[in-house]
Amino acid sequence: MTGRSAKPVPLTGANAASEAMRQINPDVVAAYPITPQTEIVMGFSNFVNDGVVDTEFVPVESEHSAMSACVGASAAGARAMTATSANGLALMWEIVYIAASTRLPIVMPVVNRALSGPINIHCDHSDSMGARDSGWIQIYCENAQEVYDNIIAAVRIAEHSDVLLPVMVMQDGFITSHSLERVLVNEDSKVREFIGTYKPEYPLLDTDNPVTYGPLDLFDYYFEHKRQQSEALKNVPGVAEKIYAEYEKASGRKYNRVETYRMDDAEHVIIALNSTVGTAKDVIDSKRDQGIRAGLVFPRMFRPFPAEELSGLLSGRKSAAVLDRSEAFSGQGGPLFAEIRSALYESDDKPLVMNYIYGLGGREITEEHIGSVIDTLKDTASSGKVKEKINYLGVR
Amino acid sequence: MSDKPKGWKELPIGGKIIEPGSARVYKTGDWKTFRPVIDREECIDCLFCWLYCPDMAIELKEEGISEVNLDYCKGCGICVEVCPKKCICMEKEER
Repeated sequence: MTGRSAKPVPLTGANAASEAMRQINPDVVAAYPITPQTEIVMGFSNFVNDGVVDTEFVPVESEHSAMSACVGASAAGARAMTATSANGLALMWEIVYIAASTRLPIVMPVVNRALSGPINIHCDHSDSMGARDSGWIQIYCENAQEVYDNIIAAVRIAEHSDVLLPVMVMQDGFITSHSLERVLVNEDSKVREFIGTYKPEYPLLDTDNPVTYGPLDLFDYYFEHKRQQSEALKNVPGVAEKIYAEYEKASGRKYNRVETYRMDDAEHVIIALNSTVGTAKDVIDSKRDQGIRAGLVFPRMFRPFPAEELSGLLSGRKSAAVLDRSEAFSGQGGPLFAEIRSALYESDDKPLVMNYIYGLGGREITEEHIGSVIDTLKDTASSGKVKEKINYLGVR
Repeated sequence: MSDKPKGWKELPIGGKIIEPGSARVYKTGDWKTFRPVIDREECIDCLFCWLYCPDMAIELKEEGISEVNLDYCKGCGICVEVCPKKCICMEKEER
């Protein structure tokens, strides 16, 4: 899996996820086969049909059952995966929490699409942002290449003995999931070598060593188990950076929990997730040509939140705009905004921070939109005062 | 549990119980407000109470029924209901 042996292939974001799943060759994939499911599972079920994977594929009757079957399979000792999107994720909600609290390293690609209602099928982050406190690790991806690479890396992060937590790997609905891109695909054998064999701790099917999963856990132990989950989340940054470094060695492609773009001397910073990161990079380039020192921060790993890194990156800058592709209805702006403001609390040299909620229900975000945000950042820095804390970008 | 409960650093993760038969060390006897008392003079050792007890809290000896194991008896009173001699009564638990 060196950069040289990787093969460029035209893939959509959804195809890239199916391709990663094919190479991971999970023991069990349980998934709901029709909408709101995406082409991820369609593509993977073709691999099952063609016999190119050894996976036991369970086409369940709902997303609630999909996650339930993954929980059962993972507890049994299998490497289990599923994929979902939007209302499908909402329907599996109860079991999403159970997967995390039972400490099962399930990896789930998620195609970000708006939650109903009103009924909508297009991109926003309301689905995965709603699940941000479920105890899963969350990784956001700019493009199909990142989707492919991060799903493979996620398997190792999830299964690490200091972690043992499930991982969601996000991509933007339609914008990434349905757009054809050039993706470098590693050799099958190299992917299998990288992910290795899953060695489950205390699998249910080890009948010589019987164990109980999911017992009633009341006031006398539940709290301790939650405390363990917090500790596992704390271990994630160290483990993730180590796995990303190993992945870089194997593939030639480098990832971090936080990606930065033209930040060295940046005064005005855009913070965004997923495909908007790509658009913002382009706009930053043209603003730089006009002499505006703009930069970008992309907290790829949103859970656990890289608060220290962001505080370090943003302190000393003049102004920052947090772009949120979902509304948290907290009265305090979007979820990313709330996290960033909290991360900056201890900073002695905070930038002026504004929130832009944008792109809900697939509303387009253009270069002009992001350009106007950077212009406002510059004006805000000059005036030294935030005019409007929470803004809505592109709404009529 | 009778011993000091384990903290988060010692417990197996994820709510798993990694040894079988652990219900034995989880003593549920302190739930009860009434305790069964068997009148051994009237008892005919028919073992109905032993058979019906949902917590296996009626223990057997060679000669028949022994006492109720109060570490596990939750005081449900099923033994009183099924006793054909009506020789078990529930007495208020004193604490």
